[in-house]
Amino acid sequence: MIPELGHFALVLALAIALVQSTVPLYGARTGDAALMGVAAPTALAQFVFVAMSFAALVACYVTSDFSVATVFENSHSSMPLIYKFTSVWGNHEGSMLLWVLILTVFGALVAAFGNNIPATLKATVLSVQSWVAAAFYVFILATSNPFLRLAPAPFEGRDLNPILQDFGLAVHPPMLYLGYVGFSISFAFAIAALIEGRIDAAWARWVRPWTLIAWICLTLGIAMGSFWAYYTLGWGGWWYWDPVENASFMPWLAGTALLHSALVMEKREALKVWTILLAILTFSLSLIGTFLVRSGVLTSVHAFASDPMRGEFILAILVLFIGGGLTLYAWRAPTLKQGGLFAPISREGALVINNLFLTTACATVFVGTLYPLALEALTGAKISVGAPYFNWTFGPLFILLLMVVPFGPLLAWKRGDLKGVTQRLTAAFILAVVGILAVCVIEGRPAFAAFGVGIATFVIAGAVTDLGERTGLWRAPLPTAVRRAVGLPRSAWGAAFAHIGLGVTLLGIVGETQWGSEQIVSLRQGDKVAIRHYDFTFEGTATRDGPNYKELDVRFAVRRNGELIGEMVPAKRTFASRQTTTTEAALMTRGVSQLYVSLGDVAADGAIAVRIYHKPLVLMIWLGAVVMAMGGALSLSDRRLRVGAPKRAKARAALQPAE
Amino acid sequence: MRIATPLRLLLLAATLAAAGPSFAVRPDEILPDPQLEARARALSHELRCMVCQNQSIDDSDAPLAHDLRVLVRDRLKAGDTDQGVLDYLVARYGEFVLLKPRFEWQTMPLWLAPVAIFSIGGLSLVVAVRRRRRARGTSIDTPAPLSKSEQARLAELTGAERS
Repeated sequence: MIPELGHFALVLALAIALVQSTVPLYGARTGDAALMGVAAPTALAQFVFVAMSFAALVACYVTSDFSVATVFENSHSSMPLIYKFTSVWGNHEGSMLLWVLILTVFGALVAAFGNNIPATLKATVLSVQSWVAAAFYVFILATSNPFLRLAPAPFEGRDLNPILQDFGLAVHPPMLYLGYVGFSISFAFAIAALIEGRIDAAWARWVRPWTLIAWICLTLGIAMGSFWAYYTLGWGGWWYWDPVENASFMPWLAGTALLHSALVMEKREALKVWTILLAILTFSLSLIGTFLVRSGVLTSVHAFASDPMRGEFILAILVLFIGGGLTLYAWRAPTLKQGGLFAPISREGALVINNLFLTTACATVFVGTLYPLALEALTGAKISVGAPYFNWTFGPLFILLLMVVPFGPLLAWKRGDLKGVTQRLTAAFILAVVGILAVCVIEGRPAFAAFGVGIATFVIAGAVTDLGERTGLWRAPLPTAVRRAVGLPRSAWGAAFAHIGLGVTLLGIVGETQWGSEQIVSLRQGDKVAIRHYDFTFEGTATRDGPNYKELDVRFAVRRNGELIGEMVPAKRTFASRQTTTTEAALMTRGVSQLYVSLGDVAADGAIAVRIYHKPLVLMIWLGAVVMAMGGALSLSDRRLRVGAPKRAKARAALQPAE
Repeated sequence: MRIATPLRLLLLAATLAAAGPSFAVRPDEILPDPQLEARARALSHELRCMVCQNQSIDDSDAPLAHDLRVLVRDRLKAGDTDQGVLDYLVARYGEFVLLKPRFEWQTMPLWLAPVAIFSIGGLSLVVAVRRRRRARGTSIDTPAPLSKSEQARLAELTGAERS
C-alpha cells in the first residue's frame, strides 16, 4: 500500500506541476492577480506531495520491503538503519526522486519567503521552475519509477554496494543535489526576466541569495565527495578529473562566475545580459551533469543501449531546457537595456576578468570531458583525456586567476587606482616572496611547491589586507578598527573568507602533492617500516564481525622519533551478500596533516601488502572549502539584513535633502 | 575493477558485481633502483588502464594495469627513454592508452580550446569596451549628455520637489 501511495503522490505532484507551469504564467501576462496567486499554493502543494512520495520510499527502505524492486536491488535487512535510510538515494531511481524533492523544496522556499519579489516576477519564476519539475516527474514516472513491485516478493535484498555503505552517502549526494538544483532558481529567474523583458539591480538582489545557497551547498558537496573518495578508496587520492567529478565541478565554476557577475549587476546595473546568460549556463551545466551521470554515457557509449530510454529522455529534457533557454536568450536579450559604465581598471573590470578566467576554466573542463565522446562519435578514434591534460590546461588558468584575486576587492567601483592597490598589496606581496624563499631554502632548490606556497600566501594575505584596509587596521587605533570591523557589511567578510578559503585549499594541494611520501611494502607481524619521522610496527591481526560483514583488522603501533604516539588499525571488510571486499583505511590526524594506512592483498605466506602515506597539510584542501562555504554563509546573512526595510530607508534618505 | 569516485559508484551501484579491495602498485612490482622506479611511477600516471573508467594504471588494481606496470618497468630496465616507453605502448595499444593526448590534428581542438576561448573572450572584451566608448563618444570621465526625455524627467522631479 505504501509504495502505491508514494507513486500516486508523485502523479499528483505532476498534475499540480502542470497547473503551476501554465496558470500563473498566463496570469502574469494578462495581469490577473488571482491566476498569479495560484503559483505559491501549488508550489507548496508540490513540495508536500513529493515529500509524501519520498517519505513513502524511505518507509519502504527502512522496513526492508523487498517487494519493491529498488529496495530489493539496493538494500539488505541486516544493514544498519542509517544505511537503510541513505540507500534510498544510493541508486538511480531514488536519487532522481531526491532530485525532484530538492527542486520542490526550493520552489516552496521561493513561494514562502519570496514576499519581496514583485507578483508577476514571482509567478513567472515559479511557473518556469515548475516546467523543470514537470519534465523530471514525467522522466521518473515513465522510465525510473522507484515504486515498481516484484511478485513474488524476494525474501532478502541484494544489499547496497559496500563502498556506498558509508556516512559519505548521507551527506555527499544531498549536498551536491542542493547545489545542482538550487541553480534552477537562478535559471527560473533568468528565464522570467527574459519573458518579462525587464531586468534591473533588484533582480540581481533577489537572485543572489538563491545562487549563494546553491553555491554553498555545491562547494560543500564537492568537498565532501572529494574527502569521501580520499578516505574510502584506499590510496588517498582526492581529485581524479573523472568525468563524473567534472560534471559537478563545471556548475561550480559557472556558479562562482555567476555570483561575481551578479554582484556587478546588483551594485552597478552592468553586465545584465551576461549575468542572464551565466544563470542559464550554470543550470544547463547542472542538467548536463545529471545527464552525464544518469545516462551512463560516460561509462561507455554502450551503457546507453542497456537502458536507452533513460538516456534519451534526459537528453530530450536537456535539449528542451538548454536549447529553449538559449533561444529565448538570443531572442530577448538584445532588448534588455545596458547599465552602468565603468573604466577597464575598476572593481567591475576586475570582476569581468574573474568571469573571463572562470568561464574559460569551465569551458576547458567541458571540452576535456566531452571531447573524447565527440571525437569517437565523429571519427571513431578513441582517445583518453585524463588528469595530465587538466593539470596542464586548467592548472595554469587557475594559477593566473589566483594571482589577480587579491586585486579585485581592493579596486574601487567605476574607476580604480591600480597603482594604489598595488601599493596596498605590498605587504602581501612581500609575505608571498618570503614564503617562496622559505620553501626554497628548506627544499634547497626552487620548485613548483615554492611557487604554489607563494601564490597561496598572496591570496590569503591579500584578503586580510582587504579587511585591514576596510577597517583601517593599519592606521586607526585598535578600538576604532574593531568597531569598524563589526560594522563592516557581512558580504565584505564573506568575500574575504571565500578568498582565504581558496588560498587554504591551494596550500593543502601543494602540501599533499609536493611533499607527500609513501611506502608500499609487504609486511608480516613484527615488521617495521619508516616514513618521514614516523615508524610503523605491525603489531598483529584480529578478525571481528560487523552487522553485515566480517572484518580483518591489522594493528600498527605508530612512533614518532621513537616515542609511541598511537595506534592505527586499517581493515578489510568482506561482505557476504555481494561477495565483495572493501578496504578501510586508517587515518591519523597530526595537525592538518595525516598519516594514512591501507591494506592490500594477503599473500599465501601470510604477508600483507600495506600502503603507508604521509600526507602533509592534506586536511587544508577540504578545510579551505569549508572556509569558502563559511564566506558564502556570511554573505548570505548580509543579504537578509539588507533586503528589507533598510534599503528603502536609504533610498528615502537620499531624496530628503531636496525637500 | 577499481572505481574512481563515490558519484560513479552511485551510478554503478546496481550493476557492480565486485569492487576490488586492494590497491594499485604492489610491493613486488617496485624496482630496486629508486630513480628508475620514480620514472616508472611518473609514467604510470600518464597511462590509462584500458579496461577501467578513466583511471591511470598507477591507480588501478585491475590485472591489466598490473601487467602494464610490469611492462613499463621492463621497458625502462631495457634502457628505453620515457618517450620510448610511451611510443612503445601507443604502438601496441593505440592513442587510447595515453591520458594526456598527443598534439595531433585530431586533438588540436582539444589542446587549443583553452587558449582560443581565453583569447576570444579577452578580445571580445576589448572590442566591447572600444565600441561602447565610441558609441557614446565618451568615456566614463565625461558622461554622455542627458537626452531630451531625461531632461524633461529631471525638470519634473526637481520641479515637483520645489513646489
